[in-house]
Amino acid sequence: MKSFAYLKPETTVAAADLFSEHNDAKILAGGMTLLPTMKQGLAAPAAIIDLSAVAALREIAFEEGALVIGAMARHYDVAASVLVQTHIPGLALLAGQIGDPQVRHRGTIGGSVANNDPAADYPAAILALDATVVTTRRTVAAAAFFVDMFETALEPGEIVTGFRIPVPEMAAYAKFRSPASRYAIVGVFVAQTAGKVRVAVTGAASSVFRALDVEAALQERFDPDALNRVSMDPSGLNSDIHADRDYRANLVMVMARRAVSAALQNAGQGATKGQ
Amino acid sequence: MEINLAINKHPISVSVDPATLLVELLREQLSFTGTHVGCDTSQCGACLVHFNGESVKSCTMLAVSADGGSVMTVEGLSVAGRANLHPMQQAFHENHGLQCGFCTPGMLMSAVDLVGRNPDPTETEVRGWLEGNLCRCTGYHNIVKSVIAGAAAMRDAK
Repeated sequence: MKSFAYLKPETTVAAADLFSEHNDAKILAGGMTLLPTMKQGLAAPAAIIDLSAVAALREIAFEEGALVIGAMARHYDVAASVLVQTHIPGLALLAGQIGDPQVRHRGTIGGSVANNDPAADYPAAILALDATVVTTRRTVAAAAFFVDMFETALEPGEIVTGFRIPVPEMAAYAKFRSPASRYAIVGVFVAQTAGKVRVAVTGAASSVFRALDVEAALQERFDPDALNRVSMDPSGLNSDIHADRDYRANLVMVMARRAVSAALQNAGQGATKGQ
Repeated sequence: MEINLAINKHPISVSVDPATLLVELLREQLSFTGTHVGCDTSQCGACLVHFNGESVKSCTMLAVSADGGSVMTVEGLSVAGRANLHPMQQAFHENHGLQCGFCTPGMLMSAVDLVGRNPDPTETEVRGWLEGNLCRCTGYHNIVKSVIAGAAAMRDAK
């Protein structure tokens, strides 16, 4: 790995200042993608800005009907958070399925979303839950944040600081993963928030996307059987050694049905808990 | 750059290049060669150590990120040397939980972290937890047996 200047700010403001001052800097969150990329020589930043000392970015809170999750909350923190388990159990379950325990001890929600890997899990949740991405400069609606493969609406010098996720009526994630990498071959997050159903698909194309036909069917009836006559158009989907595009198109529908069943089950448990 | 950290409870001060990985610091600068490098791509778990009490892959963490923290390597498990193995090490020995032994340091560190959180894990929980540790020899059967036996021994030792 090529050497670099290592910077470890303790506040978000200091991190943002450093990021503006250093043209060729990269933000280090958990390092689960950045460090392997640097080890392979695919990235060689002149400076690394490590956010691990910015304690404020790790907080998870519940405010005015929404979960507010700091960008540096690790997958482990989100999976184990009683607040997340109570308000959006499907999100806690998603976080607990990322990578393996050691990856979850380092990897962060902010790093995953800012990286926008086409097979990452979190982008599907952020998009389907209609979350707001909070940065050092502004707030961006999830629908405007994910642009294309590894590409987001982030501008040079801008850092993701957290997420505001409105609590849905129902939500769940279903993932068909690669047993080797544990990334999603297809992952589908289904959520109903303020009466509106959103379905986001990861792993299947160059970037996370919403499956509008699936949403329309579920909007009429939130039930796995409502999807029996819906199919996914395979054109534009990924085809690789793991799965060809027809197989992925079918997987989207299978995962969507599983996610709807799980969402109904999560909601049922939530109702029981609340009584 | 100068960093301060505790390794196996001993505070040390050491100078590292920022591009040094934690596993490189441990093996090459400090000679803690019990921590292995298998895949070097954060898949195999041979490089597992505990950082601030949690298992992490030391091939995918910068040494400078450990500044101010505490690291435990497999050498830290058995404080009194070979005659006095950690209950988890003893369980791997008794249950044939290894063949070539390359993955064993990582398996041990992973298992000890699991039992710290979940003192009586089921077979399913052990298998789920060990997803980040690859073994090319054993087929995992005796490793899982070892972890369950080690967990029982750790409960008894309390």
